[in-house]
Amino acid sequence: MSILTVMMLICVIGAGMLFFIPTAKTVLVKQISLAISILVALIGIYLVGSLDKTQSGMQFVEIRNWIPTFGINYSVGVDGISAVLILMSVLLVPIVLLATWNESENGRWSVRTFQILVLILEVFMIGVFAATDLFLFYVFFEAMLIPVYFLIAGYGSGERAAAAVKFLLYSLFGGLLMLAAIIGTYVIAGNQIGKTFDIEKLSTLQIDQTTQNLLFLGFFLAFAIKAPLWPFHTWLPDAARSATTGTSVLLVGVLDKVGTYGMIKFCLKLFPEASRYFTPWIIGLALVSIIYGAIVAIGQKDIRGLIAFTSISHFGFITMGIFAMTTQGMSGANLYMFNHAFSTAALFLIAGWMIARRKSANIADFGGLQRVTPVMAWSFFIAGLSSLALPGLASFVSEFLVLVGTFTRYPVAAVIGTIGIILAALYILIPVQRALHGQTLKSNENLSDLDIRERVAIAPVILLIILLGLFPKPILDLINPAAKTVITSNGFSDPVSKVKK
Amino acid sequence: MLTTPSFEYLLLSPMLIILAAAVIGVLAEAFLDRNHLPVIQLFISVGAILLALIQIYRIKSSSSTSAAIGSVVIDKATIYLQGTILIIGLLALLLISDQEQFVAQASAIPGSREEQESTSKGSIQTEIYPLLSFALAGMMLFTCASDLITLFVALEVFSLPLYLLAGLSRRRRLLSQEAALKYFLLGAYSSAFFLFGAAFLYGISGSVYLVDISSAVSGGYGNDVFVLIGLIFISVGLLFKISAVPFHAWTPDVYQGAPTSVTAFMAAATKVAAFGAILRIFYVVFSPIANQWRPIISVIAIITMVFGSAVAIAQRDVKRMLAYSSIAHAGFILTAVLALNKSGLSAALFYLTTYGLSTLAAFGIITLIRDATGEVTDLNKWAGLGKKSPLIAGSFAFLLLSFAGIPLTSGFIGKFAIFSAAYETGNIAVVVFGVLSSALAAFFYIRVILLMFVAQSQNDSISIAIPSVKSRIAIGATTAATVILGLFPSLLLNITQSFSIFIK
Repeated sequence: MSILTVMMLICVIGAGMLFFIPTAKTVLVKQISLAISILVALIGIYLVGSLDKTQSGMQFVEIRNWIPTFGINYSVGVDGISAVLILMSVLLVPIVLLATWNESENGRWSVRTFQILVLILEVFMIGVFAATDLFLFYVFFEAMLIPVYFLIAGYGSGERAAAAVKFLLYSLFGGLLMLAAIIGTYVIAGNQIGKTFDIEKLSTLQIDQTTQNLLFLGFFLAFAIKAPLWPFHTWLPDAARSATTGTSVLLVGVLDKVGTYGMIKFCLKLFPEASRYFTPWIIGLALVSIIYGAIVAIGQKDIRGLIAFTSISHFGFITMGIFAMTTQGMSGANLYMFNHAFSTAALFLIAGWMIARRKSANIADFGGLQRVTPVMAWSFFIAGLSSLALPGLASFVSEFLVLVGTFTRYPVAAVIGTIGIILAALYILIPVQRALHGQTLKSNENLSDLDIRERVAIAPVILLIILLGLFPKPILDLINPAAKTVITSNGFSDPVSKVKK
Repeated sequence: MLTTPSFEYLLLSPMLIILAAAVIGVLAEAFLDRNHLPVIQLFISVGAILLALIQIYRIKSSSSTSAAIGSVVIDKATIYLQGTILIIGLLALLLISDQEQFVAQASAIPGSREEQESTSKGSIQTEIYPLLSFALAGMMLFTCASDLITLFVALEVFSLPLYLLAGLSRRRRLLSQEAALKYFLLGAYSSAFFLFGAAFLYGISGSVYLVDISSAVSGGYGNDVFVLIGLIFISVGLLFKISAVPFHAWTPDVYQGAPTSVTAFMAAATKVAAFGAILRIFYVVFSPIANQWRPIISVIAIITMVFGSAVAIAQRDVKRMLAYSSIAHAGFILTAVLALNKSGLSAALFYLTTYGLSTLAAFGIITLIRDATGEVTDLNKWAGLGKKSPLIAGSFAFLLLSFAGIPLTSGFIGKFAIFSAAYETGNIAVVVFGVLSSALAAFFYIRVILLMFVAQSQNDSISIAIPSVKSRIAIGATTAATVILGLFPSLLLNITQSFSIFIK
């Protein structure tokens, strides 16, 4: 049995255990789910540590027949790209559980239900990045929506029901378009090489350009909604505003990455010619996302809305890196996914604590927090600086790689992309100035700083942001071989520099 | 020289057993003590169904075209369909035998003193059991009829009891009777259309046997226009039964008016039987001229899927909503008819079974949600159900997710199987529309889930009845099937694969 399956099984068993604990024992429930998620995180670290970096193929592979009639297998495995994303997911879950220890208590349902939903979500998050069977991927991709939907609708605030439905319908719509494309691919495979959903085998299909373009669009739309790219983004700010902090972290940090991951794993791999055909358009969309997300973020009054729109801008960068079709761009995009998860998680978590203390999400209601709550303010500041890609912090390396990778092929796009960096300084520094610096408002005088639990939860995130800013190599070493394979095996090559010495 | 007509009683025995049970039930009604009748009738019906299932198992690998002097074809697909109908019948019977849904005395005028008297006496209309048996026998015959006359007789044998059953609701009797009348009148029209089409087919082929019609159609002699007229009118009769748009108008009214357990049976079993016949006719008889009818059926399938899903959004009554959802599902299964290949047939068989079981479970759960006046089907009153009974509401939510085709439910596997089969034969437009209307359909399923779990309950008048053992078995088994077939569809897919064979 693959270690990936073990990780998923532990979560399933954990969720099953919680089911038998009386609802009233909330502390016990929380402790168990935290323990389980830490255990899975440790296994995740071990998984990444024991990955053979010299090999670019799939590792920790497990293949079992699931529905032989359709050639569907339960098959999992990881390469550098997916291993890093799994690491990201399993690290975030315990952090989220610890950081939002009390959030589940004000929900519509019991704390136990919340913890079970999170653990089930963790199963799907691992599964979606580990699946090497297209059908299995789709199953995880869609099944993930259900726990998130209940997490938003049951434990969120404000217009939570509407936000949950909007999230679900957008994702379902995209998912079903992808299903049509999956069926198309499956039928073509049935005619050419026999019924299979194995991604490696599917990538050998000979598909004519028109069909490929249509199938590509089916996949891409689903991923663009998930990621989300402009103009499919409108569900994200609503969801982020209404969900609990923890849900927002998992939603933006992990679920949305499935979109960009899918572009790499499926759009590029299965439909290389179509990818090439649509690249200019996608780069265009990515640029609009970068600029639009940044500009709208500047105007946000709600601090969670702000973070959501900055993420839209960041997803623009990631998508641009992917479709630049250079190894640097690809590596940068993958590293970006990892870094973005942690800097956004930090922003969301601290914003959540600020909101819980101040009982308001309005940026204007804060002010002078630096003096009253120095630890909270500093953590937010560092996370914010990472979000605007300050050199020395994690996001800088990835954003730089993306821009360099894009510049070698699409110089104009890269130049326009840099405007996003300037805007990022605005959308981070303006709220930082308003909320953290300046005069302490009267209403904020009595706010309390982070307690021990919160400090323990946020410390590893901040640490990771700083460490990866200084030494991105360990993660890049994992990503690079896989990223190179993605580029070369799909028939792309890095453009040769035209400048001569 | 005289030859003995071949009957092959063994192959006919499942149907004969059910028919015999129906007749015995009628006799019991006439001669036995009314006080014991409910138990006796239930015993007869359940016993007959179990016997018939055993017979089905015994003949599972036989096939014959000459049973009942060639009026009946027993092949793999027939045996599978008959088995499915029997299992659905058995589970529906468990729901139906929870008596309080049925009128005490059907002949009494609604609101009259006579009605009050019989209600207070606690008398029970036990004719529902033989009626159900007749319907079951008719449905079984419908799936294997190989000539137009038998097909028509079977159609009537299963329709007439259903018309009656629809009118037997204990509460809101006028609504129930109106539903029965509507069903009957429209059903009569559709039968007339069917006969009209049958006459044309007889006209061009000179025979009522499907085999002869098939060779006449593929031979190309006769008049193409007449073939098409015959085909279209026969289809109208059949499409009415599966409630495809534009022949669906009866569905919401009847589903709403009929006693809920009868609705459950109708929704599940009628679809199996009617699609059995449709599949046979299109796969066996009309497949040579697929080019002529495929556009028509494609359009009907698309309209049915989109219309059913779109109109369901506006429904405020849970039974009406499920009625429109069943219309949408009819469209999905029609997609499998278009596929015209073995995987299409297998997919249709799988879908019919899983959909039938989920539908039974869903309607079974509806029978449990009550207030002082009986079942509550107004969706607004369902608000907050998740708090009252997480298990029941959770099961219902799961069934709705299965209807919506979310992965890890049997509904998803069914949809995938059907759409991939249709795609194989190049009906890509239908697949795209099907997928899009799935997204549309998800909207109203999710709205109900939201209502149950998230909305604040406005009143506390509704309660959840403690299910009897029989209901518990029926609802539990069908819900479990939806879960298990979602996780391990191969259990059933292997069976449908090996049983998806029509012979001429």
